Amino acid sequence: MEILVLLKQTFDTEAKVTVKDGRILDDDVTLVINPYDEYAVEEALKVREAQGGTVTVVSVGGDRVEEALRRALAMGADEAVLVEAQPGADEFVVANLLAAWAKGKAFDLVLAGNVSVDTGAGQTALRFAEAMNLPHVAAALRLEVAGGKATVHRDAEGDTEVLEVPLPALVTAQQGLNEPRYPSVPGIMKAKRKTIARVGAGELGVDVSARTEVTSVFQAEQNRLNKIIKGEPAEQAKELVRLLRGEAKVV
Amino acid sequence: MARNVLVLAEVRNGALRPVSFECIAAGRSMAEGGPVTAVLIGQGGSFAQELIARGADKVITIQGDHLKEYTPDGWLGALHNAALEAKADTVLLGHTGIGRDLAPRFAMRNGAGMVSDAIDVKVEGGNVVFTRPIYAGKAFATQVVKEGMIVATIRPNNLPALEADSSRSGEVADMAAPAADLRTVIKEIVRKAAAGVDLTSAKIVVSGGRGVKSADGFKPLYELAEVLGAGVGASRAAADAGYCDYAMQVGQTGKTVTPDLYIACGISGAIQHLAGMSASKVIVAINKDPEAPIFKVADYGIVGDLFEVVPLLTQEFKALLG
Repeated sequence: MEILVLLKQTFDTEAKVTVKDGRILDDDVTLVINPYDEYAVEEALKVREAQGGTVTVVSVGGDRVEEALRRALAMGADEAVLVEAQPGADEFVVANLLAAWAKGKAFDLVLAGNVSVDTGAGQTALRFAEAMNLPHVAAALRLEVAGGKATVHRDAEGDTEVLEVPLPALVTAQQGLNEPRYPSVPGIMKAKRKTIARVGAGELGVDVSARTEVTSVFQAEQNRLNKIIKGEPAEQAKELVRLLRGEAKVV
Repeated sequence: MARNVLVLAEVRNGALRPVSFECIAAGRSMAEGGPVTAVLIGQGGSFAQELIARGADKVITIQGDHLKEYTPDGWLGALHNAALEAKADTVLLGHTGIGRDLAPRFAMRNGAGMVSDAIDVKVEGGNVVFTRPIYAGKAFATQVVKEGMIVATIRPNNLPALEADSSRSGEVADMAAPAADLRTVIKEIVRKAAAGVDLTSAKIVVSGGRGVKSADGFKPLYELAEVLGAGVGASRAAADAGYCDYAMQVGQTGKTVTPDLYIACGISGAIQHLAGMSASKVIVAINKDPEAPIFKVADYGIVGDLFEVVPLLTQEFKALLG
């Protein structure tokens, strides 16, 4: 089973987000594998452990992304590839680059995160599936691969859908799919010795003109009332309901 | 510049979803005099008049047995044909389970730029400027599509819909369903009875954290939610502890919600959680610990035991709402 994982590097979810001069500061921020993509890496390793094969992780970005790829290698991925891209690449460009790189390579299963915790757009993996003409199942809570098919339990607005798709297919990971492993010490040592293949965007010969542009980034002021309601529980409840109806007018 | 707008109208539990009306209203503001068409996939025309009353100029229906349940292959072909028919240069979907699944593939098929999860739309000097949360609401970005077709998903419950006007008239046209090779086979759909109200489009959300102490501890929260018609959410701590499904998790690695009222019960207010709910209009915090960070982002706070306070609230709301 040849498995490909699409991976993005993002902010640590505990990191403070600071906007300065219209951009998000990332210099002093710990960067990690996007948590949903980490589920994808873990699931890829589980499928490989059960069925044999290789796990390749691929990402698009600059030099710093190597840390995330190296972490995936330390978890147990076999190969890592970095497609170099200029800042300002949008989901269209990233998906185009990934698809151009993947074309002609025979992957049975492509895994990715359901969404990234930075932009939260949830586009790239599905755009990749479209560019590769692969069927997809998004937001997987459970994945079984057997007999050339994937059976996937997916989260659909709280309902669970059980779907079956023929391989090759793309599946995106929802939280709850698995519990990602920590890299072992031998895994980390082994990953250090591996080479991360690099591909220049120019070599791929695809359209890299972004269709969208972020024109400003800002943070909203939090103006909260911070009213603490005192008294006995029964009085507190009565007063809260009164305020929500009379003052806040939300019920 | 007049635009031809196409809106995907969605039906859930036998009714049009409010976000479809919100998309039509947003579409009207973006169309600048151009037509707004709504497309109903896998549905007959019985909802068409309601879409027209809410601002659509035209409704396209595309029916077929293979379109009754959503599949990416079936619906993508249908949406694509509707866009060609409507000569659409702007396509809007709700940021719903279906919209999120369908819009990126549709955009890619058309080589188009897409804005996901927009919470505001403005036309400035002829350009459509979307506002969307990033870092799960820790910051916001404005984004434009620079050239070509505009595709966007609109977050439910953020943009106003137009009042229904039954005197409006419009054309209803049925289109043949495109032939489709459905690669996805639906084996089963398990509906969650408890999660009756969809979290991301709920007007009121009642959420539980570590303070609920067990799966049973969510019971009073569900009772309150039922009286309020609210969705029930949870913090990561509650989901990690196994008190509830991850599907209920609100936060940076869970769902982002923007209800009118968010009631946080036994939630300390980790930054991870705040990211997913801090854009709620009004926030109530109920927590035993007066130092809990959740009180800093709350409009109204009660320092107390949720197992005492929440049932009393349920009683009060019952009396108020009958």
